[in-house]
Amino acid sequence: MLLKGAVRVRFWLALWLGKFLALACRILRKRGSTFPGRIMLRVAPNWLQGVASGPACGNVIVSGTNGKTTTASMMADIMRQAGLRVVHNQSGANLLSGLVTAFAAQLNLLGRMRADIGLLEVDEATVPKAAAELQPRALVVTNFFRDQLDRFGELEHVVACVRRGLPHISSLGRVVLNADDPWVASLGSDSPAQPLYYGIEADTLATMERHAADAKHCLQCGHPYTYRRLYYAHLGDYLCPSCGHGRPKPQVALKAMQRLDGQRQQLVIATPGGEIAFTLGIPGVYNIYNALAAIAGCLALGIDLTTIRDGLESFASCFGRMEEIMIEEKRLVLALVKNPVGFDEVIRTILASRQDGEEQGVLFAVNDLYADGEDISWLWDVDLEMLTPHQELLKGIFSTGLRREDMALRLKYAGFQPERIAVVDEFSAALGQALQVVPSGGTLYILPTYTAMLQIREILFRQGHVSQWQV
Amino acid sequence: MKRQIKICHLYPEILNLYGDRGNVIALYRRCLWHGLAVHIQPVTVGEAVDFLDTDLVFIGGGQDREQAAIYRDLVEVKGPYLLAAAEQGMAILAVCGGFQLLGKYYRTQHGEIMKGVGLFDAWTEAGRGRLIGDVVLETDLWEEEPRTIVGFENHSGRTFLGEGVKQPLGRVLQGFGNDGASKMEGAVSGNAIGTYLHGSLLPKNPRLADYLIRCGLERRYGPEGSYLTTLNDELEYRAHQAAAQRAVARRC
Repeated sequence: MLLKGAVRVRFWLALWLGKFLALACRILRKRGSTFPGRIMLRVAPNWLQGVASGPACGNVIVSGTNGKTTTASMMADIMRQAGLRVVHNQSGANLLSGLVTAFAAQLNLLGRMRADIGLLEVDEATVPKAAAELQPRALVVTNFFRDQLDRFGELEHVVACVRRGLPHISSLGRVVLNADDPWVASLGSDSPAQPLYYGIEADTLATMERHAADAKHCLQCGHPYTYRRLYYAHLGDYLCPSCGHGRPKPQVALKAMQRLDGQRQQLVIATPGGEIAFTLGIPGVYNIYNALAAIAGCLALGIDLTTIRDGLESFASCFGRMEEIMIEEKRLVLALVKNPVGFDEVIRTILASRQDGEEQGVLFAVNDLYADGEDISWLWDVDLEMLTPHQELLKGIFSTGLRREDMALRLKYAGFQPERIAVVDEFSAALGQALQVVPSGGTLYILPTYTAMLQIREILFRQGHVSQWQV
Repeated sequence: MKRQIKICHLYPEILNLYGDRGNVIALYRRCLWHGLAVHIQPVTVGEAVDFLDTDLVFIGGGQDREQAAIYRDLVEVKGPYLLAAAEQGMAILAVCGGFQLLGKYYRTQHGEIMKGVGLFDAWTEAGRGRLIGDVVLETDLWEEEPRTIVGFENHSGRTFLGEGVKQPLGRVLQGFGNDGASKMEGAVSGNAIGTYLHGSLLPKNPRLADYLIRCGLERRYGPEGSYLTTLNDELEYRAHQAAAQRAVARRC
């Protein structure tokens, strides 16, 4: 670390302060995934720069609207399979303060870096600053959907943010891009680093539904795209009939998928190094994309295919993303929802993974804090109508969170009978009531927004049902 | 014979920002609950429509590139028909970008003038910084309590009302409103309502939804045919109250 004078003093001060605060958080059993970092940044605003060269194998950034946390967790499992020690902001704290906190946790008091590689999920708006300071070897981008317009503004602005990170990637590095998302793929032509594209090439997964589409018109000429195959939202094999702009050929591509049961799916994936087949333990097309991104990301770092396959086979789920928790023979599934596309995919996955005769309950938990998006109008873009024909089968429908009435109202206008929806003020009361109506052997789906997920996990942690994440 | 109402949703797959769909869902459900036969007609770019048999039109907002995609079709093709039908009492709800496009013009940051439909005597100028947040209004459109309207705004354009607009949708109790200064929000011209409020507007403001449905029925059946039943809006008002309370709590 070549730091001079005052900068150097501030760096050490921030590190020790951060270590102390992290310890205090642990003793007080507080989450502490961003708080130490916030304080550290006040002391040393460019602290990250000072540790960027710490991990011997460099840094990787994962960004995009949906799937950041899951993709990064898969990559972390693969890296650990490869014997690497990882700096990873695993709880999804993806602003600068979260990155700083994660790095500080892997440094000892003398500033020695314990980890071999930095794996950071980064909020789209934070990508320029994070990339400038971390100088990553690779940038993995999942997708761009409309998300929290009150915070991010329009989609084009979000894409532009990530684009500004591209010049900071080493020209010997890689950008790993979703070929099936026109917005993401468009980053390839602006990148000094060589792009590696991933995508789906399996007809059986295609749908013809179009609903929450964001990129219907050609990014080059404005003419509507035609889709040869569409997987969900605007992800698919697109082509502009007017100017010929279309999807780049994915080098890492899903060739076949077979659903094994409600959770597991068997995937066959072609890569430049040959084909791999493995079982993915989590359901949904969106998780196939996450797996593809993780595979391509790890290939870009030079990890071999066997290690990648073994790492993914052992992957279960992560932090509130279709996370399964058993409580007295009742299965509880925490499925984070934060925007219409993600919410729709969670509903589809729940419906598809339903086993015959399985008793189910659903608990919605919608907050409107800054990290959730203060504008909750997006609930009206979610296709809750998909659930309506199944309302008779559900053991209970609960709504909690700061905007519990809005969520209940959305369900009423989706055609749910209002008297079937229980609006409950307190998270713990809602959780208790919901668990009571679901019988043994049944499943309770909890669909929380981000801060609601943290609160619910906190309750589950205090009751001893989940472990807290390491900080 | 069941009374019927025909609702036209303009550019649903292009102008669909911020849960605009929720307004149409609310109109649809409430019409059914009121015992009406309801037809929703989605109309997009290039599709001909003269609004002669339409009682109520909804138009939402979009991102810049989306609004550019419908601009010519709305202003040059559909606009004149829309104006004629509005003069004959057709009800209209225009939200956000839709509101701006139905005004007289929009002046961009570079001083370019983009002509609007001219249904509202109002104009919009590009502004620095977005006006974002919860909004609570008080309206004069009806006399029963509550006369508040709740919603969420997110716009950079500042809209100014001319003499031709007799009243705004409401006075701003919380939030920015049309221009961040005049304490006025939206515009009412005949049976046409323009507003920046989404979030979604109609589900949490059932009285406004019913006001529009009544205007639509009046166009088809006259004043004696525009009656509505009383619905159980308990959940709607709980959400209305919660939104108003959040608006106040967040300002502190």
